Amino acid sequence: MAEFIIKNGFVFDPVLGIKGDKADVAIKNGKFVETTELSNPKTIDATGMTVMAGAVDIHAHVAGPKVNTGRNFRPEDKLFNCTPRRGVERMQGGFSVPTTFRTGYDYARMGYTTVMEAAMPPLYARHTHEEMRDTPIIDQGAFPVFGNNWFVLEYLKNHEIENTASYIAWLLKATKGYAVKVVNPGGTEAWGWGLNCENIHDPVPFFDITPAQIVKGLIEANEYLGLPHSMHLHTNNLGNPGNYTTTLDTFKLSEGIRPNSKFGRDQVMHHTHVQFHSYGGDNWGNFESKSPEIMDYVNSHDNITIDIGQVTLDETTTMTADGPFEHHLTELNHLKWANTDVELETGSGVVPYVYSPTIKVCAIQWAIGLELALQAKDLMRVFLTTDHPNAGPFIRYPRVMKWLMSQQSREEMLTGFKNSDKVIGATHLMNIDRELSLYEIAQMTRAGTAKALGLAHMYGSLKPGLEADLAVYDFNPEQENAPETIETAFGNAKYLFKAGTQIIDEHKIVSNGNKRTLWVNAKVNENPQVMRDVKEKFLRYYTVTQGNYEVAGHHYVPNPYVIEVDATQ
Amino acid sequence: MTKTIPDVVCPFCGTLCDDLEVVVSDDGKQLLEVYNACAIGAEKFLHSQAEDRLTRPRLAQEDGSWKEIGYEEAIEYTAQMLANSKKPLMYGWSSTNCEAQGVGSEIGEITGAVMDNTATVCHGTSLIAVQDIGIPHCTLGEVKNRADRVVFWGCNPAHAHPRHMSRYSIFPRGFFTGKGHKGRKVIVIDPRKTDTANVADVHLQIEQGRDYELLDALRVAFKGLPLPDVVAGIPKEQIYEAAEVLKSGRFVIIFFGMGVTQSLGKNHNIDEAIAVTRDLNEYTKAAIMPMRGHYNVTGSGAVWGWQFGFPFAVDLSRGFARYNPGETTSNDLLRRDEVDSVFVLGSDPGAHFPFSSVKKISELPSVCIDPHQTPTTAVCKLHVPVAFVGVEVGGCAYRMDNVPIETRKVVDAPEGMMTDEEFLEKVLGRIKEIKGE
Repeated sequence: MAEFIIKNGFVFDPVLGIKGDKADVAIKNGKFVETTELSNPKTIDATGMTVMAGAVDIHAHVAGPKVNTGRNFRPEDKLFNCTPRRGVERMQGGFSVPTTFRTGYDYARMGYTTVMEAAMPPLYARHTHEEMRDTPIIDQGAFPVFGNNWFVLEYLKNHEIENTASYIAWLLKATKGYAVKVVNPGGTEAWGWGLNCENIHDPVPFFDITPAQIVKGLIEANEYLGLPHSMHLHTNNLGNPGNYTTTLDTFKLSEGIRPNSKFGRDQVMHHTHVQFHSYGGDNWGNFESKSPEIMDYVNSHDNITIDIGQVTLDETTTMTADGPFEHHLTELNHLKWANTDVELETGSGVVPYVYSPTIKVCAIQWAIGLELALQAKDLMRVFLTTDHPNAGPFIRYPRVMKWLMSQQSREEMLTGFKNSDKVIGATHLMNIDRELSLYEIAQMTRAGTAKALGLAHMYGSLKPGLEADLAVYDFNPEQENAPETIETAFGNAKYLFKAGTQIIDEHKIVSNGNKRTLWVNAKVNENPQVMRDVKEKFLRYYTVTQGNYEVAGHHYVPNPYVIEVDATQ
Repeated sequence: MTKTIPDVVCPFCGTLCDDLEVVVSDDGKQLLEVYNACAIGAEKFLHSQAEDRLTRPRLAQEDGSWKEIGYEEAIEYTAQMLANSKKPLMYGWSSTNCEAQGVGSEIGEITGAVMDNTATVCHGTSLIAVQDIGIPHCTLGEVKNRADRVVFWGCNPAHAHPRHMSRYSIFPRGFFTGKGHKGRKVIVIDPRKTDTANVADVHLQIEQGRDYELLDALRVAFKGLPLPDVVAGIPKEQIYEAAEVLKSGRFVIIFFGMGVTQSLGKNHNIDEAIAVTRDLNEYTKAAIMPMRGHYNVTGSGAVWGWQFGFPFAVDLSRGFARYNPGETTSNDLLRRDEVDSVFVLGSDPGAHFPFSSVKKISELPSVCIDPHQTPTTAVCKLHVPVAFVGVEVGGCAYRMDNVPIETRKVVDAPEGMMTDEEFLEKVLGRIKEIKGE
């Protein structure tokens, strides 16, 4: 395998504590190494440029049935943006829900090399894996959803943590999944009857359990297993005015629980797209930001991580396993609505949405996301996402970076809104003068996300021994830069390496790489009760047989990277 | 000794039953018995054992006779035809696995083909309607476990999807449906008195082609607003009653078939049927599902969705993906003389397209990949028999509710036969050589 030395760039690496110092980075056999270990490297001159590890996205919806529904039911999302096959690149299309090929290439162009699909319905795991297989370059893993799963509801009703853990281990293996995802716990099951659980103490119809019990039980089961990632949560009451109290109530469920994982993470709960969960007021008229209350809690509790779910003010396609929320949204905007309820497991909905800067509520949402990040004391625990494509497409990450790094660009937005005064009055952003540094951006997009996922031993840093995922951006941090140059440079990497293979050369994609699928194989003690329950559920309630449920390796996961966990002790 | 293989998936219709048991000989070459399948599914398995089955490609001669050729020659012929076409039509894809569909897509990209599947003459209208208005949908297990109101509209599963009613929709007992069919009310809307209508609680014998009116009337009835005395041949009292039955259910499912998708109104019928379902979600829980025909037509729409962004009628001839049903659909292209060769895999347009289209296929350079002899193989210049997917080779297929299931290989194909995927891989490799990629 070729050796490379990336010379003389401005390096940002929170793991190594490098804050823009000029340094050389060496790559050999797919890993970062000390420069002294190279014998005949190819030299990349990064003089005057920014060098970072490949970025890791902790939460995006990029593969699977709801994503594909988004593609197939929105031909308008592909107007004027389909591009032909050229060089190694396959045909590409789509804006808010791009095709798999465009997904891989666009992430690579932004310097991202690992992306987690944040919600996989277990029954559709094959579909999710087929899409990930056809997504070039980036390593991926998928989080199966557990928060409305009948096994989980029935075990946790009696607080059977060991059985829940055994079932989680079985399902992760069956679906080749990576982590425990929870979406609107209990509420999506209630949606099977057109109902919802609007707060964490609302009982789930027919199951004699509450969302609070589900969340707490799944945190405990997650720690029982010692999985690489923590329980990954989208809590109840998303998107409603006044919902910040539900969010705080949910955060409190993690209190007193410490991580039990050998993978180096410090949190037991990752709460996702918190922007959607930080709302005050009790209607759309007095809708306001409650980001200070949320961030006060996050800043003072180190067993929680969050991502922001930044609204980018685009037309996009919302999609979530929160079925009742999507019905609520289609009632609100009267646009088309797709819904799928999945037997025994979950549900989902898809609705197009236009975040218009002329609408007061959308502009307030935009401000809240930025406030969350700008009030964070520790950006190793607060991550950059757009909950792609829910709050905006992932290709806007460089634009979000611009807003976070430039007070000038934020103020231009705030003062330019149609309802500028009302937006400024309902938010706190105008009073925040903090500008994030590239080091902090590297925390939010690389070191922090890799750590929270339990993948710090592979990604997120340029430390010798880690995967040689590296991005070089045409951006000189020592120069006076206009805000726009941030967006331009970080959306268009000059060089990119994935596991030591050069993917981008002079802004051009030159390789499809050798993408891997990450999944977690958790070993647990034999549990005849759970195995009997599985067998019975398949016989009586599922419509596929147990023998046809497991995702076989071969062509669904042709290049797996299996993380072994031993929970037998 | 024989071996019994459990959990076999039936590669016939969109019901994709996966509980079949197949008995094969000890050497794995002979398929002896098929259990649990419907008559059509069992016949599909047993047909692979037909003694007169073709096992080698054959090329049509000028005098109308066929000449047996090797696979290598067939690959060369197919690759040359596609590589030298300006705009080939690559049609079918509904009776093969997703792996083959994926390889076919790349061939389509390189040759600038139009990729179309059987939805073009079946549920393509449903796909257009979904693009207009969306779709409240669910998996078949939700129907089994929750549904207490079941509507069959313009479809006849008793004949077309024979195990649908027993596995999913009318008879099974599920978690919340312990009384099975006794706890369900079944409404059939069909101008014909079908065998499905015979098991219904209510049969609304609608006038042919009046589906849109009746759907519209139901929406009016949901709101309790006045109706004319008779709509679509149905007295208003019956419509109010049907509306009440639906609104009073805990979980309503509407299944619909080609009786609505291909009758007057086409996609507008489905728009309205989905609107009925949306409306019902104001009162209770409701979902709607197309009765997809081929066992993997849904899969081809899924594969093209993630690769190109469109579920059928994908025109790649300009170098990027375009989609415009009516323009980029197979029959429109054939009848306007807009394609210069035809490649068919995994379907039988010869039996299902209008005669004018079939005549065009017969006049063009054409290749058909199919394990069977069909009306299509009869008009194409080259017929390449291949292994049966789901019998002699496995691979992923998508059920009518989009659930992917991996079909299983149960017996060996006759010696020396290729699979769809292998054949397409070879053709792709050869086209890359011809095009200098």
